[in-house]
Amino acid sequence: MKIVLQNLTKRYPNRNKKIKEDVIAVNNFSFEIPDGQLIGLLGPSGCGKSTTLNMICGLEKPTSGKIFFGDDDVTDLPPENRGVGMVFQSYALYPHLTVLQNIMFPMENLKGKDKMTKEAMRARAEEAARMVQIDQLLERKPSELSGGQQQRVAIARALVKVPRVLLLDEPLSNLDARLRLQTREEIRRIQRETGVTTVFVTHDQEEAMSISDLIVVMEAGVVQQIAKPQLVYEDPINLFVAKFLGTPPINVFEGEVKGGVVYIGEDAVMKAEPDSSWKEGAPGAAPGVALKDGRVTIGIRPEGFDPEKDGELRCGLTAVEVMGRDTSIVATNAHAANGSIRTIVSTEELSEVSGETVNFRIKPSRIYLFDHETGARVRCRFTPLR
Amino acid sequence: MDKNNSKAWLYLLPAMIFLGVFMIYPLFDVIIYSVEEGYNFASQTYFGIGDYNFAYVLRDTYFLQALKNTFILVIITVPLSTGIALLISVGINSITKLRDFYQTVFFLPYVTNTLAVGLVFMILFKKTPYSDGFVNLLITSLGGTAVDFIDGPYWAKMFVMCFYTVWVVLPFKILILTSALASVNPDYYKAARVDGTSKLRIFTRITLPMISPMIFYLVITGFIGAFKAYSDVVAIFGTNLNAAGMNTIVGYVYDMLYGDSGGYPSFAAAAALILFAIVLTITCINLLISDKNTHYA
Ligand SMILES: Nc1ncnc2c1ncn2[C@@H]1O[C@H](COP(=O)(O)OP(=O)(O)O)[C@@H](O)[C@H]1O
Ligand SMILES: [Mg+2]
Repeated sequence: MKIVLQNLTKRYPNRNKKIKEDVIAVNNFSFEIPDGQLIGLLGPSGCGKSTTLNMICGLEKPTSGKIFFGDDDVTDLPPENRGVGMVFQSYALYPHLTVLQNIMFPMENLKGKDKMTKEAMRARAEEAARMVQIDQLLERKPSELSGGQQQRVAIARALVKVPRVLLLDEPLSNLDARLRLQTREEIRRIQRETGVTTVFVTHDQEEAMSISDLIVVMEAGVVQQIAKPQLVYEDPINLFVAKFLGTPPINVFEGEVKGGVVYIGEDAVMKAEPDSSWKEGAPGAAPGVALKDGRVTIGIRPEGFDPEKDGELRCGLTAVEVMGRDTSIVATNAHAANGSIRTIVSTEELSEVSGETVNFRIKPSRIYLFDHETGARVRCRFTPLR
Repeated sequence: MDKNNSKAWLYLLPAMIFLGVFMIYPLFDVIIYSVEEGYNFASQTYFGIGDYNFAYVLRDTYFLQALKNTFILVIITVPLSTGIALLISVGINSITKLRDFYQTVFFLPYVTNTLAVGLVFMILFKKTPYSDGFVNLLITSLGGTAVDFIDGPYWAKMFVMCFYTVWVVLPFKILILTSALASVNPDYYKAARVDGTSKLRIFTRITLPMISPMIFYLVITGFIGAFKAYSDVVAIFGTNLNAAGMNTIVGYVYDMLYGDSGGYPSFAAAAALILFAIVLTITCINLLISDKNTHYA
């Protein structure tokens, strides 16, 4: 079942009654979620992810815009008629009911011709429990389960009516790091097995990158970029997306373009020329602005630095950190956003590093230019200076 | 005993002293009084030890009347006030506008002096040479005949007493229940809505179990409070409760000690112990039932 969101907008009256202006929680969100895919809805806290999910679910009515499931307009349908399953951040398992009773609860609400016998409900509940591997725990109360097990019960309860759409609102944020890793694999497996179209909300970019087919990056109610996880990372549409994805985060510098050369302070680091295959505003062209001389914001991914004696970017050396298989060089540069940068290098390259300073060559595939004012991506081609 | 342990006892000491002096000692004193037959206040002497005091109290028609009154009061007002409080709390919880206003309105009786509230009830219900009371005006205007609620038939007096008791205990119960309702995680309701749960089912299967500890708390304290009713009755019917036939057990105890026919601490002690036994039994039964039916998060 594909889900179509058409100019979806949600305004709330401001919670602070002194402010007359509405809060725009979601602003003009249009997107077609392909059938059977897992979509990661990613953004910082308060950007409107839950609101979007609640509108798809039917718990919130959009202020304007439409929602289609397949070809059906469901904008005005209540949640129970949409065929959605939802998993809440708090799991919302009824604490006074056993696991089995919790999973059976949604089926007990069915009326009329959909009404099920107790045995049928039990069989379905057991099947759902088996799928999430909690069929040994059916008689327990939620308080007698670990966080991960509670999570599985919540997923079983959401899946038991075989929904057309599965919605998960930050389902992993109450789990510890190890369990989070395990459970997200589990969610991915269940989603593959059932083939149910799934929207997964998270503020954790790593989580979104690891399990999504497509990532939707949101900020302040506005969709920034929709793309495959790798593409969001490698081809960010603006400075916000570039900064939000990746650990360690992208290194940001204030710089300048002069005569086709990119400068960070005095250091010329890269040649840049306009991208001939790209035209601003052309149909189908990626959004962005054309290259021109003047101030720019420069983003360089941590893995885009090669320490070399005669590297173009001159920095002060702060520390070399070895963390498992990664080695990090922490260095200072007066033009970096907070005075310091963090790079990831291979261990062989470390022989070049000693003393007070370190110089880097920059890899053309890992550097991005952004408009100094708007943060929009500057579309251009890079070539090394040497 | 290790050092930590003795320290703990030291910290407990002030509370233990207070409890001992004001709770434990009086309790034992009452038990002793209750078995001393023919105790004389003036000479502080008694004839012997036995159960005569209990036998006397249990045959005293005033005590039996008080017992009956108290039981009627308890059985009517505890379920009624808890039920009404639940209805009002659910109502308050489901409105968003003017919620604070309604909360204040329902809470007013709680901060108003009992005797002042009693006076208001007198004005509402009492017949005077000048007026029949507000309620009687209503009754007659609807075509009924006026009833004397304060000095009239037993059922009318009982009605006023129950009405009054329910009204006085409502604010506290509403306060407790509205906060219990407000503390239920809204995600439960969202999950229920996604599943298309009907309003009634949400209430019976989710809301009620979630707030059941508070309901049981209110029922237990309600029982205890109603069994100890006294000052409210005085506020409406005056101090000569035996004559009005509206005495309560605590009123009986008081009368036996300080009333016009008082001066019998042994009878008072026996009556007090009977009340103690009743309250203890009912509370234990309540706790047994609530343990089976209450979900504690
Ligand atoms: N019921 C509401 N009333 C007023 N403002 C709301 C309401 N719900 C959400 N908001 C506001 O809408 C914005 C988006 O909220 P939300 O969708 O919960 O964000 P997220 O899930 O991404 O953290 C926030 O600024 C939040 O304060
Ligand atoms: Mg949220």
